[in-house]
Amino acid sequence: MHLSKPIRNIILIELFVPVLLLTIGIYHGLMQVIYRAGVIHQSSFAKLDYYQGLTLHGVINAIVLTTFFAVAFGHATIAFHLKKEPNYRASMLSVCLMVGGTLMAAWAMLMGKASVLYTFYAPLKAHPLFYLGTALLIVGSWVAFFDWVTIYSKWKKDNSEVNTPLAVLGTLVNFTIWFVCTLAVAYEVLVLLIPWSMGWTPTVNVSLTRTLFWFFGHALVYFWLLPAYIMFYTILPKLAGGKLYSELAGRIAFFLFLLLSIPIGVHHQFGDPAIGRGIKLTQSILTFGVAVPSFITAFTIAASLEYAGRKRGAKGLWNWVWKLPFFDKNVYLFGYLINGLILFIFGGLTGLVNASYSLNNVIHNTAWVPGHFHLTVAGPVFLAILGMSIFMTSQLTGKKIFLPKINTIVPYLWTVGVLIFSTGLMWGGLLGEPRRTNLGLTYLNPESELYNPYWVITTMLGLAGGGIMFAAGLLYFIVFFGTFLSKRTAEPVIDFPISEVYHTEKRVPIFDTFRPWLVAMGVILFMAYVPAIMDTLNNNGKKAPPYLPTDPAPVISTIEKK
Amino acid sequence: MLDKFERTVIGVALLVSALFIFCLFYAMGAKKGNVTECLPYDKSYEDARVSQVDKNTYQVFYVARMWNFEPSVVYIPVGSEVDFFVTSKDVVHGFDISEKNVNLMGVQGAVAKTTVKFDKPGVYKVTCHEFCGTGHQNMQAEVIVNYPSK
Repeated sequence: MHLSKPIRNIILIELFVPVLLLTIGIYHGLMQVIYRAGVIHQSSFAKLDYYQGLTLHGVINAIVLTTFFAVAFGHATIAFHLKKEPNYRASMLSVCLMVGGTLMAAWAMLMGKASVLYTFYAPLKAHPLFYLGTALLIVGSWVAFFDWVTIYSKWKKDNSEVNTPLAVLGTLVNFTIWFVCTLAVAYEVLVLLIPWSMGWTPTVNVSLTRTLFWFFGHALVYFWLLPAYIMFYTILPKLAGGKLYSELAGRIAFFLFLLLSIPIGVHHQFGDPAIGRGIKLTQSILTFGVAVPSFITAFTIAASLEYAGRKRGAKGLWNWVWKLPFFDKNVYLFGYLINGLILFIFGGLTGLVNASYSLNNVIHNTAWVPGHFHLTVAGPVFLAILGMSIFMTSQLTGKKIFLPKINTIVPYLWTVGVLIFSTGLMWGGLLGEPRRTNLGLTYLNPESELYNPYWVITTMLGLAGGGIMFAAGLLYFIVFFGTFLSKRTAEPVIDFPISEVYHTEKRVPIFDTFRPWLVAMGVILFMAYVPAIMDTLNNNGKKAPPYLPTDPAPVISTIEKK
Repeated sequence: MLDKFERTVIGVALLVSALFIFCLFYAMGAKKGNVTECLPYDKSYEDARVSQVDKNTYQVFYVARMWNFEPSVVYIPVGSEVDFFVTSKDVVHGFDISEKNVNLMGVQGAVAKTTVKFDKPGVYKVTCHEFCGTGHQNMQAEVIVNYPSK
């Protein structure tokens, strides 16, 4: 379908800005494996500190890129499936807030005033603009969502007996999760941290801020993942040359995510004091519940791909795998999505280790954790974002892909890199190698008394994998920016390949309505999180003043000065 | 509705999840693996010390701060059971004894606790694994298990 020029431009800005910033994010990814492997024994390189770089890497790759993409893809999905353009003023306001917020946070990070990592755990204090900037980025994404809700409500009134398109349902579920979970982090940032970082309030309850962060922090990973799931269900089977095995399975999966994405955040806090064991155990078990929709998806997608392989003439039990269009440059998006799925098999399974209550003691905060989540967020999430960004850019500008063969191999190269990188990190994690640490200064520095030779091989694997990932990233940038800069050859459109359904299914009203699911979501959330919040309020005996990362003495607030 | 393969696969997914959850309880029950206790906080935890409860039982009260643990070296006889208490006097710190699967967070105003038995002599490194500022990579302590050597 055709989109008006202003809306097209808004979507293109939302694709271009994060990919541009991603160059900084990926550069710092490479730098980290270099520091960690002990190739350099320095606290900073090219005037950027290790922890400053780690903050940039986390915030840009995990928050800026993912949020911008989710909004851009959401605009296109809603417009394409409901045949209605998003409201120009709302979309403009949304993109301005997001870009403005990102610039504020980027300034604070690049000036070295916010080297607190992307979790910004209090009582480490960042510049107020870092908090305000991330808050505005989030609020900007809400504005786009509110507009889609209006469009959808109108559409549903006219089409009450028609199934909501699966992609639209997924988008709305995803942004509902996002809206609810970001309420907690908005409260943390706007009510607790900004006044505290300005010196208006002297202290903050550290356990409470951590719990509010993780209310948001784990749901965040589903916010990253669901756009990829939408592509797996609605686009991938078509690219493979087949049909979606079951659409209803997709609906069930999305609604299960709606119920269970948020009330599991405490599984990041198993080591935290001040939260009771019962709550931790409950949320651990709920985390296994959220694995179920992923199991369902794995089956449905595999069945859809098998059907595609057989349609292409496959015989026997496994031959269908080799009939799929892995290296076909006309359906390069297939390569991006399938590699993500392969990585996600390992990402999902290692995630179950993290979720498993006391087993988490083996790996919590070790290099295992980034090893795991690079198989998820740097796997299906990242690859789907890269692939779809270039796909949408090419369509919305009417330009041909620059170097299509290179574009086709990028996801394969990336996948090889991630597999080596994550093997190194997870192995290191099992040997106690800490994450988020400039290992090159001490633990991987033969001249330090803290030197640990067991982590040489693991960090070297990280370096090798990270180097390959960087090379793949570089190739992607060449393709992406090359496409942007090339000449227009076609009319700008947005046209997603949409999978037909293999089974003809009757519409099941319960899987095409939001209200009962939202009520159930609220009830589960309330039961899982009220006790956790109460615990942090009751068991945290002392509030903390702010600290800068460079100084063991607290920052003296203006209140105390008076 | 869903066909028979899909119903089977949902059933299998539920069964596999149930198996994992069984393992989780098995680890808690038979292997005594658990997460930190949740204790009420009081100011005495900010006083770093080692105390011997009886012949084979010790309590170590750790205070984490930017960028060291106090006590930085602890001597424990082989075969002792040790309660570790961890709190922080400033930012959030990590407390990881990898060989013993001790994994706690040090948070100001709260105290984490776990119990470990040391059967083998050795130098057990305590590593801070939560980013706590520019000196984070220097933050390590030791538990030396050998004393008395008889």
